[in-house]
Amino acid sequence: MQLFHRIARQDHAPVPFTLDGRSCVGREGDTLLTAILNAASAVRVSEFSGNPRAGFCQMGACQDCWVTLGTGERVRACTTPLVAGMEILTGKGAAS
Amino acid sequence: MTVRPQPLIVGAGPAGVRAAGALVAAGLRPLVVDEAPACGGQIYRQRLVDDGRSTRSLYGSEAPKAERLHRDFAAFEGRIDYWPQALVWSLGDGEAHVALAGRNRKVAYDGLILATGASDRVLPVPGWTLPGVFTLGGAQIALKSQGCAIGSRVVFAGAGPLLYLVAWQYMKAGVNVAAVLDATPLMAKRHLLRGLALEPAIILRGMRFAAELRLRGVAIHYAVEDFAIVGETRVTGVRWRQGGHERSLVCDSVGYGLALRSETQLADLAGCRFTFNERDRAMLPERDISGRSSVVGVYLAGDGAGIAGADAAELAGERAALALLEDRGLPYPPVRALDLERKLTRISRFRDVLEAAFPYPAHWAKRVADDTLICRCEEVTAGTLRQSVRDFAVDEINRLKAVSRIGMGRCQGRFCGASAAEILAAETGRGIDAVGRLRAQPPVKPLPMTLADEKQEAAQ
Amino acid sequence: MRGRLNVDVAIIGGGLVGSSAALALRAMGMSVALIDSRYCGAQASGVNYGGVRRQGRPPEQLPLAQRAHAIWPRLKERIGIDGEYLCSGHLKLAANETDMASLEAYAAKVSDYGLDLELIGHNDLRRRFPFLGKNIVGASFCPGDGHANPRLVASGFAAAARRAGAHVLENTPVREITRDGGGFVLEAGDVIDVYTPVVVNSAGAWGDEFAALFGEPVPLTRIYPSMVVTEPLAPVLTVNIGMEGGGVYARQVERGNCIVGGERVQPLADPDFSRPRGETALTMMNRAAALFPGLRHAHVIRSWSGTEGMIADRNPVIGPSSTTPGLIHAFGFSGAGFQIAPGVGEVLAELVRDGRSTTPIGAFSISRFAADARQSIDRTIHGSGAEREPEPQQRGV
Ligand SMILES: Cc1cc2nc3c(=O)[nH]c(=O)nc-3n(C[C@H](O)[C@H](O)[C@H](O)COP(=O)(O)OP(=O)(O)OC[C@H]3O[C@@H](n4cnc5c(N)ncnc54)[C@H](O)[C@@H]3O)c2cc1C
Ligand SMILES: Cc1cc2nc3c(=O)[nH]c(=O)nc-3n(C[C@H](O)[C@H](O)[C@H](O)COP(=O)(O)OP(=O)(O)OC[C@H]3O[C@@H](n4cnc5c(N)ncnc54)[C@H](O)[C@@H]3O)c2cc1C
Ligand code: FES
Repeated sequence: MQLFHRIARQDHAPVPFTLDGRSCVGREGDTLLTAILNAASAVRVSEFSGNPRAGFCQMGACQDCWVTLGTGERVRACTTPLVAGMEILTGKGAAS
Repeated sequence: MTVRPQPLIVGAGPAGVRAAGALVAAGLRPLVVDEAPACGGQIYRQRLVDDGRSTRSLYGSEAPKAERLHRDFAAFEGRIDYWPQALVWSLGDGEAHVALAGRNRKVAYDGLILATGASDRVLPVPGWTLPGVFTLGGAQIALKSQGCAIGSRVVFAGAGPLLYLVAWQYMKAGVNVAAVLDATPLMAKRHLLRGLALEPAIILRGMRFAAELRLRGVAIHYAVEDFAIVGETRVTGVRWRQGGHERSLVCDSVGYGLALRSETQLADLAGCRFTFNERDRAMLPERDISGRSSVVGVYLAGDGAGIAGADAAELAGERAALALLEDRGLPYPPVRALDLERKLTRISRFRDVLEAAFPYPAHWAKRVADDTLICRCEEVTAGTLRQSVRDFAVDEINRLKAVSRIGMGRCQGRFCGASAAEILAAETGRGIDAVGRLRAQPPVKPLPMTLADEKQEAAQ
Repeated sequence: MRGRLNVDVAIIGGGLVGSSAALALRAMGMSVALIDSRYCGAQASGVNYGGVRRQGRPPEQLPLAQRAHAIWPRLKERIGIDGEYLCSGHLKLAANETDMASLEAYAAKVSDYGLDLELIGHNDLRRRFPFLGKNIVGASFCPGDGHANPRLVASGFAAAARRAGAHVLENTPVREITRDGGGFVLEAGDVIDVYTPVVVNSAGAWGDEFAALFGEPVPLTRIYPSMVVTEPLAPVLTVNIGMEGGGVYARQVERGNCIVGGERVQPLADPDFSRPRGETALTMMNRAAALFPGLRHAHVIRSWSGTEGMIADRNPVIGPSSTTPGLIHAFGFSGAGFQIAPGVGEVLAELVRDGRSTTPIGAFSISRFAADARQSIDRTIHGSGAEREPEPQQRGV
């Protein structure tokens, strides 16, 4: 069900994180977007239609990849490096 | 005696790096602010960590240029101030606001070089918000800097040189490329022959990409119309019309783009005057060949003020820095300046060729169905825009924004502004150059509520 | 060649005041020209905070505010859209005991006007409005107040006036007004001369220039309130919030964006334009994050400011000219004209038709500045936008 397929860095150090409570593993050097899309097919839902989104530009321009962390903090998935232990929430609205 | 504040360069892509180099060579110490974690900009973007792939496999024929740029920038250390991962979110009148690691820094500058680059230009098509659809640039970033393919069976669609380049890069990486759908007719490619005289290497490389794709069995379709992406919760296929026939294909991802659009927000905030540019079909900040804008002390370099490519960006960055030196009354090499201008003019002529070979299908926006989303952020449809134009008798893009929300979302109109303008022009029967442009508003990108204010940085 | 238009009433300025007057006058059957130098509803009326608030107004404004209050829930009938009007209530916070005392004093003073103010103490406040931070002493709640979308309301009134048959002339600044027998000739843009027996001056922050033209200078200054808006958020703020003594106001629209204001900025080189400075935006953001913990993780996606005409006594000028028959003024709403404007439009229509209004407006008479009139004010119509280039001109850094 993931969107992405790895071509490089398969053997890099695993970086554990949770995605909507599910345990997942990314790789050292992943952005959040990469980590999420190697485990799922969407990174967020539109606030208005509720439709799934998975980013678009991957360069911090379209802003279609904002996710919420367990701390309540909001980050742009495509420009944020994955850090071990992150709890990523894809479905939640922006307010904590 | 008061010390003049240091010059500020926004962007560490090819343009920003070369601008910094020329200032350093003249003994100035610029501040370079860049959103990315490392220099290189879009084309020479660096990986977050080494992944065992060679620079050659990442940057292809451009690898030597990439290496040189990275190396030269590293050598400026100690002679410039460099803030990576920092966003210039507001500026004007000699003062910039920079968000850096959760804090705000206010910077006084004397001389401003904007080298803000570009992002993909797109027009909305049905299904373009589905998971699995990425811009061509996005698809390339996934591959180059993240070592991932956006899917396992990919369709590349759109127009422009990047279409063939990215499709070819995916094929080379062993990904199944289902097809290349070119919005422009094969006939238009005859213009490339004119380009042979100007930039033979680039033209031949492009032809090689197309030939190798075909050789590996990748179908290339030209003159694609009514392109649509199909799927419920993610991409399951594409459909289009070609010569009156309905066509479709199964795929799980799409790379889509129609060349590039300039990142002009900061030039707007700096007070630069904009005019309509026919070639880019966009309102762009005015600049002369030296990179001087309409505002004294503000210089524009690279793709951020009109698309011309990476080589031109390097030349323009250096040229803009020389203009800054000259305006500051410092010695600068006039012969070099002329040489840069000559080369830039030549590249500009080549850009005309590329534009003719890959004409932008602006009519896609006019014809887009009422239920297609134009604005991804606020989910404004084409129908809503058309209705708003009628209900409020709107004839200008900022008025359309006020009554319809187009361009009000997180991306500030970067991805919907051009198509909204096309729709407005079509609905009102006016020229695209007569409907205005979305005005920039700070912050140019989302800013955390808790961004901490800091006292003005003592520059130099 | 210049065109010529004959109308019963010419309105200078298509803000919410002028547009609602145009619609009311059309309903009375009068022919109307609604003239704006740019676009109707693009100045203060279209960019304001959107507070539809009676609470806090001086008592002399309350009859007018009550009249407008009756119109807000009926926008749909009147202009075809509801303008995203929400009757959410307006909560005015007190940061300390002194401020709470002034909220109490205000509630006592306006008790006869039907605002139904409710004073709320600290504990009750936390229970009923749990999104508030800790440092609030108490508040005054006006349940009938609310908020609306300014971008839609003013443009909506202008569009409705157009549909009702008003001549809406946009991008046509009034450059010159001359007397023509008992009436007036307005030189509007490059294209048209408007002949009319009655002129309504609803030119907002530029209204003083037309008053001065007729020998009635008004001590009007310009202010530039500014706002920031967040990305869409899950519901946080259930009411429109203000603060006694100013400093912060905030509301959340149905789509989820929170709009926060409370600071003013300085104009750009051209006094018709302003833009929030970095510090201004940050101050408002940080304040809001401290006051509403639920906004702590939100991001701001835009900021803006607008031009408003301010008069020292914080009351507008509304009523007939004291020098010139046929001229009626309504400008200088001093940062609070959005809520009352639809009421002002009706009052203006009555003034045109009947020469008087059923709503008391004596306190807003231009003659209150008669003493100031001796100091001559030397101004031209530089704010009309007439001589402005479409793009900013070269400016030093
Ligand atoms: C995604 C993508 C992929 C591309 N791939 C290719 C390719 O393969 N081959 C090719 O020939 N051309 C490619 N191009 C085009 C090429 O990147 C450009 O021609 C070239 O990079 C232009 O250089 P530049 O210095 O003008 O801008 P860029 O290289 O885009 O650099 C601009 C820099 O400015 C920074 N910046 C912008 N705004 C701010 C701000 N407000 N605050 C701080 N920093 C800011 C950006 O983060 C970026 O690092 C691509 C373009 C894109 C968008
Ligand atoms: C940022 C901001 C926030 C505010 N928040 C609130 C709030 O929350 N609640 C509230 O009640 N009030 C608020 N206000 C005040 C309120 O917006 C104004 O009092 C009200 O909109 C005034 O309406 P108006 O029609 O008089 O003025 P405007 O809307 O400014 O209209 C005047 C019009 O006259 C036109 N004009 C000027 N010169 C000429 C000329 N020579 N020829 C032709 N046309 C001309 C202008 O183009 C303009 O469109 C705020 C104001 C601002 C700026
Ligand atoms: S994918 Fe566009 S900003 Fe992240």
